[in-house]
Amino acid sequence: MLKTFVEIRELTKKYILSSGLFNPRKRIIYAVNNIDLQIFKGETLGLVGESGCGKSTLARLMTRLEKPSSGYITFKGENIFSYDKEALKAYRRNVQIIFQDPYSSLNPRKSALSIIKEPLTIHRIGDKKTRSEAALEIMAKVGLSKEQANRYSHEFSGGQRQRIGIARALVLNPELVIADEPVSSLDVSIQAQILNLLKDLKHDYNLTYLFISHDLNVIRYISDRVAVMYLGKIVELALNSDIYNRPLHPYTRMLLSAVPSCDPQKKKRMMNIKGEARAENDEGCAFQNRCSYKTEICAKVEPRLEKIDEQSFCACHLAGSI
Amino acid sequence: MPLLLEIKDLITAFDTAQGRLKAVDGVSLKIKSGETMGIVGESGCGKTMLALSIMRLIPANGRIINGEILFSGRDLLKISAEEMRAKRGSEISMIFQEPMTSLNPVFRVGEQIAEAIRLHQHLPAKKAMELSVEQLREVGISDPQKRAQDYPHNLSGGMRQRVMIAMAMSCYPKLLLADEPTTALDVTIQAQILDLISNLKQKNKMTVVLITHDLGVIAQAAQKVAVMYAGKIVESSAVEEIFANPLHPYTQGLLESIPARCGQSLERGGYLKTIPGSVPSLYNIAPGCRFYDRCSYADEECSGKEPPLEEINPSHFVSCWKYGAKKNN
Repeated sequence: MLKTFVEIRELTKKYILSSGLFNPRKRIIYAVNNIDLQIFKGETLGLVGESGCGKSTLARLMTRLEKPSSGYITFKGENIFSYDKEALKAYRRNVQIIFQDPYSSLNPRKSALSIIKEPLTIHRIGDKKTRSEAALEIMAKVGLSKEQANRYSHEFSGGQRQRIGIARALVLNPELVIADEPVSSLDVSIQAQILNLLKDLKHDYNLTYLFISHDLNVIRYISDRVAVMYLGKIVELALNSDIYNRPLHPYTRMLLSAVPSCDPQKKKRMMNIKGEARAENDEGCAFQNRCSYKTEICAKVEPRLEKIDEQSFCACHLAGSI
Repeated sequence: MPLLLEIKDLITAFDTAQGRLKAVDGVSLKIKSGETMGIVGESGCGKTMLALSIMRLIPANGRIINGEILFSGRDLLKISAEEMRAKRGSEISMIFQEPMTSLNPVFRVGEQIAEAIRLHQHLPAKKAMELSVEQLREVGISDPQKRAQDYPHNLSGGMRQRVMIAMAMSCYPKLLLADEPTTALDVTIQAQILDLISNLKQKNKMTVVLITHDLGVIAQAAQKVAVMYAGKIVESSAVEEIFANPLHPYTQGLLESIPARCGQSLERGGYLKTIPGSVPSLYNIAPGCRFYDRCSYADEECSGKEPPLEEINPSHFVSCWKYGAKKNN
């Protein structure tokens, strides 16, 4: 199982913001900042972080909707940014994305069936008849009935729309599925249905997931390994159980303590949570202004993602000693 | 503690092209002075319409067709529009989910807060502005003098929600209606905002109605809770009671479908329990229990008659034939 499938190396994506037409001052935003990450065949890698931390930019880079400023990603050993046209098309067949908002990601003028079979048409797979058959088969798999095939997206509820989005992603038989906040716009009872479905499909189709979410409970439920992102960087990467049972990075601890517990007996005094995620420091650790463990070195030297043990990596000078 | 708000059999209906829709359908609720009442439910269950009904701010095609809303003993549905306007923002305030759309983008935030103070306390502009800066300080905004001069787009989501809270608190209301105040925010900012609301509540002896879909937020911030489903309250009790001993099958289902609930160790490869189906359309409600076709305990009796909300245990109300009426037969 542990075969490197996707390898992300020193990946950086910066955006240049100019402050206005007549203002020459420019600001550079590092949405993804020098990330190294591996995804193994058959695993679910959870990627968690607050809004604006670069999770979705990373997803866009992986699907080649954006080009990096530097660094590269390899898929089965080949750099995806040096693909020729043919290879890119094959890659896009192999890597599919499920979007957050099932309301805006489905074409309102198309029926469910034609949305689901469109990828087959684009990739010229099969003929008219086999395309419809394949689409109906996957619809049944995600829990949509045959009768619903000719309905339009406004006739479906949020959960059902997300099922259409999932069917559309899976109809090409991809190996890697990037799920970008697939359940965050759904109600909790519907969210559970979709999470169970994603788990089943992974097993049935032998999928590898990159599962992006801001919700630590969802990530905990579905992931094998978890990467925590903060302001464009991975600050901690570890096995699911380690992240939740012995979080190493102060930011991971802060995130975990901020999740409201469902036990009213434990109206916990939340850990002192201060500040907001903002890039303010030119030097040192990006998290220093919000960190309660800050020492001298944190203001000067930026910590690198270091190996702590076989499966754990953490970008903190004090990892292991706090 | 005396009652601050008592809602009796409230029905808020909308006349639409597809027919009449009762968004709030016979809700009764008692809220004591100084407590935080959580209202929880999925989208479309009527929780926001309940809050807007209390404010008498329901959209134009909607109407309150039945019930009373007693606020400090007076029925808000019977007072004149002017009187109601005077109460809004001074005695009853509301904060909304999306702070960006509820702030005016072309005015500085300080001015927006000052406006409420000027209107309700009849103070001169300069004095109102000073109080406005003071309010910003109260809600934990650093350098409030300077921030008061900012426009909403200069502020982050968390800061905007603080501004909304400052505005709602500017006249020290007795009742604060908070409609999903933290849903659009990150968890760390959510924790800060919930802390802030609870501190302000203590300090100003305020009563809070906290509307959310997140049971975790309810567990952390509320003392009482009412669970809504398809326009009705199906269960209500003290917060500790509902988490320890949920009685309505819908409440049980909601609690079980939260991933990693209470940080319980989740078995690997295990599945979440789900509630089958989805929320019924409010257009043609079948007779009988509204949860009937999603409920695993349902039997014939449930499809025939709607169960009343009854006190099963002390201060624990449930609307389900499984308990109460049926049990006594």
